[in-house]
Amino acid sequence: MFPKWFNDWNNKNPTDIYGPAILVGTLGGALFVAAMVASYGQPFNDDFTQTGPRGTGMQIAALTVSTDPSIADYYTEEPYPRDEGEPLAGEVYENVQVLGGVTDGNFNRLMNAMTNWVSPDEGCLYCHVETADGDINYASDDNYTKVVSRRMIQMTQYINEEWSDHVNANAEVGVNCYTCHRGQAVPSDIWFRIDPVVRDMEGWGGVQNRATPLSQFTSLPSDALYQYLFQTEPINVHDLESRVGDRPSDEGVATWQDTERTYSLMNYFSNSLGVNCVFCHNSRAFYDPSQYTPQWSTASLGILMVQDLNIDYLDPLGPVYPPERLGPVYADAPKAACKTCHKGYNKPMQGLNVIADWPELASSEPPVYE
Amino acid sequence: MSWWPEYQNIFTQVQVQGAPEMGMDNENQIARERTEKTTFSALVGVLGNAQLGPIYLGGFGVVSLVTGTLWLNIIGFNMLSQVGWSIPEFIRQLFWLALEPPSPEYGLRMPPLNDGGWFMIASFLLLVSVLSWWARSYSLAQQHKMGKHVAWAFGAAIWLFLVLGLFRPILMGSWSEMVPYGIFPHLDWTTAFSIRYGNLYYNPFHALSIVFLYGSVLLFAMHGATILAVTRYGGDRELEQIYDRGTASERAGLFWRWTMGFNATMEGIHRWAWWFAVLTPITGGIGILLTGTVVDNWFIWAQEHYFAPTYLEPYGYEVYVPEAN
Repeated sequence: MFPKWFNDWNNKNPTDIYGPAILVGTLGGALFVAAMVASYGQPFNDDFTQTGPRGTGMQIAALTVSTDPSIADYYTEEPYPRDEGEPLAGEVYENVQVLGGVTDGNFNRLMNAMTNWVSPDEGCLYCHVETADGDINYASDDNYTKVVSRRMIQMTQYINEEWSDHVNANAEVGVNCYTCHRGQAVPSDIWFRIDPVVRDMEGWGGVQNRATPLSQFTSLPSDALYQYLFQTEPINVHDLESRVGDRPSDEGVATWQDTERTYSLMNYFSNSLGVNCVFCHNSRAFYDPSQYTPQWSTASLGILMVQDLNIDYLDPLGPVYPPERLGPVYADAPKAACKTCHKGYNKPMQGLNVIADWPELASSEPPVYE
Repeated sequence: MSWWPEYQNIFTQVQVQGAPEMGMDNENQIARERTEKTTFSALVGVLGNAQLGPIYLGGFGVVSLVTGTLWLNIIGFNMLSQVGWSIPEFIRQLFWLALEPPSPEYGLRMPPLNDGGWFMIASFLLLVSVLSWWARSYSLAQQHKMGKHVAWAFGAAIWLFLVLGLFRPILMGSWSEMVPYGIFPHLDWTTAFSIRYGNLYYNPFHALSIVFLYGSVLLFAMHGATILAVTRYGGDRELEQIYDRGTASERAGLFWRWTMGFNATMEGIHRWAWWFAVLTPITGGIGILLTGTVVDNWFIWAQEHYFAPTYLEPYGYEVYVPEAN
């Protein structure tokens, strides 16, 4: 198959190609194996956590493989006992609408902590207004960030009070500003509505088949968070009898397209918590309540909680925000979901109790300091 | 280096090129629509026969190629339009892009072009294309006075294709049940289809299909290995061995009988392979056809038929990892 001059030259210049070939093959093979081990982990790893009956494949990779780096920067301080005759914040300062019942010292302790948690670089002036003579007008609501902060304090109290079953599911953990913010004024892993994501297509063809952050870079639908965690569309797709006889064209019947959207949400769940399907489900029968782990119930409460927060707290803030804080397509307010708190860990802050030191955020009722 | 015989290579080492083999004509005039030119390619010869052509296309072949090309181009131009006619974006996102079937609300009606209409047109062209190619494989075998084994094997695959794209959508009352045309999206469909109907692994026809699929692979490897192993005794001349069994067949048969107590025959192994291959899509197609039309949740069906085991151990990592609490 090779030209004659090539074969002639080869015949006149015999060379041992097998030695170098074996060398290159060995080195190349070793490099390939090293790359596979580096990227996929060593194959004999048996550090798994069992999550269900043996023989069903109910196991997940070790729950804690790395430490959440933002825990190291977490600031906390125990509450101060109330001094004799110490006034309440509402008596000392103007325009304290939510934390008026907190003692003066503890009010300032919380303000300092919030600055650490949310705007460590910008400081007090991220929310409070500087006057012409260089003082700070703490009472002013001219900065939109102050209005948003107030609502966020209310939301934090609401979560700790009303959604304790989710945020304290295993032990007292709670949430405070740092759970989402982690030292950033705008928390990471917020989301906006972006569908339709495909040009020139209507219906199901318009909302999927595009690698977007909301589809977890799959070709699954990009509207799962919007439809399920804001519009509260039903997530379940299964028939609960072996034969039901519904038709895909009928109203309210779950189709394989709906299933793809649920799958997209479940992908999001998985990536948000750093777990896979069998953390909550036995994947042989995703819908079957008798084959759920207890984590399924916690996660289901989480879905309801996120819907509640998006609808009652986050979305209504839309008119308060300046344009650069709004969504790219619909100019909608930033919304939250699992990853906004969890950041890739099955427990946010890896289960660190962030509420014990902050009774001001644990309840809408003013705390009693001992 | 002579420690390894050079002819024992997946590539042909020695090529001989002479006058092209033009094939025969007969009373069926099978040469009539055959092209007249042939070429030789050393590169093609490395993989197989170095002679390219003549090719017989015929009426069915022309129809099949034209409709198949239209099908592919409709998909391609829809994808291009989805990325704003940008070629770099088309290449970058190619594996994500798709032409999706109609949305469910259109049922069996013709949907708008941008919500499955193009998909329906493309699918009709694909139907014509595939059926023409089948007719071509049948008529070509007829003209060669061959058995129709290739056409019927292809027909088995077409059965599965028709179940997915025609029979089942009609029974379900919606064209939205068809499979998207796209690399990742058709895989998404596969997963979603299984999950929606309660896990297809509990569909016994799906199980049968997997048996025949893996069985085909196993038989293919066993047969290929056996023939290569007895080539030194003339075993590669399988047709001669079928009607005049020689030492190659004797050794091959003896090898398997002593290995697993049973051996196929030189002719029968090809029937084994053919049936395993065609039963893969035939059983698979039955499984798909029953899904959503007869059974809506295969896991529950399997429980009702004592096919899915029940496990009594508890769920949740707390039970198994006490220190996690």
